Amino acid sequence: MKINRGERLSPIEQDPQVRRGNFYEVNKGFTPEMAIEEAERCLNCKDPKCVKGCPVNVNIPTFVRQIADGEFAEAAKTIKATNNLPAICGRVCPQEEQCEKQCVRAKAGGAVAIGALERFAADYALQKGEPQEPPKPRNGMRVAVVGSGPAGLTCAADCAKEGFEVTIFEAFHKAGGVLVYGIPEFRLPKSLVQAEIDKLKELGVTIVLDTVIGRTFTLEELCREYDAVFLGTGAGLPMFLNIKGENLSGVYTANEYLTRVNLMQAYLKDAATPVITGEKVVVVGGGNVAMDAARTALRMGAGKVTVVYRRSMEELPARKEEVENAIEEGIEMMLLTNPVEILGDKKVEGIKCNKMQLGQPDERGRATPIPVEGSEFVINCDQVIIAIGTSPNPLLAKSAKNLKTSPKGTIIINENGETSIENVYAGGDAVIGAATVILAMGAGKKAAASIVKKLRGKHGS
Amino acid sequence: MFKIVSKRNLGVNVNEYVIDAPAVARNARPGQFVILRVEEKGERVPFTICDANRIMGTVTILVQTVGATTRKLAALKEGDYIPTFVGPLGNPTELSHYNGVLLIAGGIGSAVIYPQAKVLYGIGKPADVILGARTKDLVMYKRELSAYAKKLYVMTDDGSDGEQGFVTQKLKELLEGGARYEMVMAVGPLGMMKAVCEVTKQYNIPTTVSMNSVMVDGTGMCGGCRLTVGGKTRYACVDGPEFDGHLVDFDEAMARASFYKNIEKDHLCKLREAGNEN
Repeated sequence: MKINRGERLSPIEQDPQVRRGNFYEVNKGFTPEMAIEEAERCLNCKDPKCVKGCPVNVNIPTFVRQIADGEFAEAAKTIKATNNLPAICGRVCPQEEQCEKQCVRAKAGGAVAIGALERFAADYALQKGEPQEPPKPRNGMRVAVVGSGPAGLTCAADCAKEGFEVTIFEAFHKAGGVLVYGIPEFRLPKSLVQAEIDKLKELGVTIVLDTVIGRTFTLEELCREYDAVFLGTGAGLPMFLNIKGENLSGVYTANEYLTRVNLMQAYLKDAATPVITGEKVVVVGGGNVAMDAARTALRMGAGKVTVVYRRSMEELPARKEEVENAIEEGIEMMLLTNPVEILGDKKVEGIKCNKMQLGQPDERGRATPIPVEGSEFVINCDQVIIAIGTSPNPLLAKSAKNLKTSPKGTIIINENGETSIENVYAGGDAVIGAATVILAMGAGKKAAASIVKKLRGKHGS
Repeated sequence: MFKIVSKRNLGVNVNEYVIDAPAVARNARPGQFVILRVEEKGERVPFTICDANRIMGTVTILVQTVGATTRKLAALKEGDYIPTFVGPLGNPTELSHYNGVLLIAGGIGSAVIYPQAKVLYGIGKPADVILGARTKDLVMYKRELSAYAKKLYVMTDDGSDGEQGFVTQKLKELLEGGARYEMVMAVGPLGMMKAVCEVTKQYNIPTTVSMNSVMVDGTGMCGGCRLTVGGKTRYACVDGPEFDGHLVDFDEAMARASFYKNIEKDHLCKLREAGNEN
């Protein structure tokens, strides 16, 4: 077994000066030669810590070894055994916080680029068009999945493979949830999401668009029609700063700004949906969504984009790659800064901020930002995009009185993923609050396993 | 895809569409709205449900041709299909417990008060109705509403139908003449709703208004439709669309409503250049 003692390889990327003006994917991935070279850096540890760092326990050493051996299709199969959406996860997972964080090579030339390798194998399989295994024969039972984001797609696929007749209900006119309305094209090409959705259809899954559960149909109605229901409704409700001036024209939530650009394709010249991008844009927040909004604004023609975040770079929750990319593209990161008022008469004219310093850790262990007295200053801008997080949409819970939710609005489930209503399961952001694609997928998978087990038991087969 | 079962021209630039949408019709109640798209690359635009027929599975909407989307919709004919028609969204408004309701509509606001007039008539408490418009051709649903109203008044700016003047003049006249209402519902342009609320506030009459804000999803996701009601931020899509008019910050709502005005004009110019105008 050949071991490459060299440094971690970086995937090919579009030049920052070029990509800041287009919506094509920034990261172009590895060539086969690069993938093999990088895969050979894996030490194939006896006790692979990377697997423990993965929320869905992908067999990382095996697939990395398969890539090193040039068995790319086999590598993709290995990943797919536990991860339904590898081409997506390879692009959007926070690997540096998960698998790669645990890699023993971290201190010897950098962690193995597990994410980039996962993406490489998945893209290879997609391009090759490897046929997927046909689902088991239909068992006569029906499952409804509410929401077509990562949790819903995963749950639907797993149930369909086991022979259930699955119907996904989506409120929007396009399936994919946050993968299509939230994450921009330059980070996750929509053709990839579509390819995954097409595969679901091949498995016999029906997707019903333009249908809001809780409005068009109630949860009760679904329960009457289906043997089990999975709620993967995500965390779609934007949070606000609750400061003066937030309702001025020119203040967008990241959800609205990104939805207009991504889902409604306002970045295309012939799109009907308008979006206004300012000359000087301030994005508030430090997560992936904030980076997506900032980089999108740049591509939409903003002259200057500033990200304002109240803690320091160390606490900044966005993926490292996105932050680095954003900075390379010319986005200014204004750290330890917290907005106190959005200024303007009807339209945004500026944002008043405080400088912050870090105090004691909070209950999550993150340092609490404290305003520095007398540090108020104004950033001149004509647009503010608020990207400080989202919470679950209460629409469905409100219409289903016996569905138990927490004070934060998240749906309460038991260890099997089942809610307070029998045969109604939930998972993903709707249950844990805004998190990652991979956690949502893991939850969808777990719920599917519970549904399969319970319904099979019921029917004694 | 949703079929346009019928299309009827109601005036210079207003059309009534009956859309085949059984799932929407089934649960639709007065006060709720739908979001539609006219074509695959189309914008999502909200319209109040004017009528719903559960047996036929149809939903009726009134559409004034004002922008790019409504212009494209106006170009469609009976039997054509639109790709999105989602709903019913928003909260229904229940007026049946009031004794003495006055419904006021400006322009296609008639679409919103019509189902209320029908319900109130059905329970034996018919409402008084004031319809207002710039001119005769823009007075909508006069015949339909006259069937359900206790008394129907029409006000036009130019006096071409009914009396000359604004709806607020008739409102004041009725109140000064001793009419007693437990509830006024006003639906129309923001300026008109604001003016009505200023009058009813003086008389201390609870007033409901319908906020047709700019929105994308209609489910609380984008926050684009937010407005200030009683000092608190509310969403027209999930908290409304109908609110206590005395608490709505109309000036802010007007500023927000005009946000896309210039872009909209630009779009229309492009459409005209492309010769797509109908």
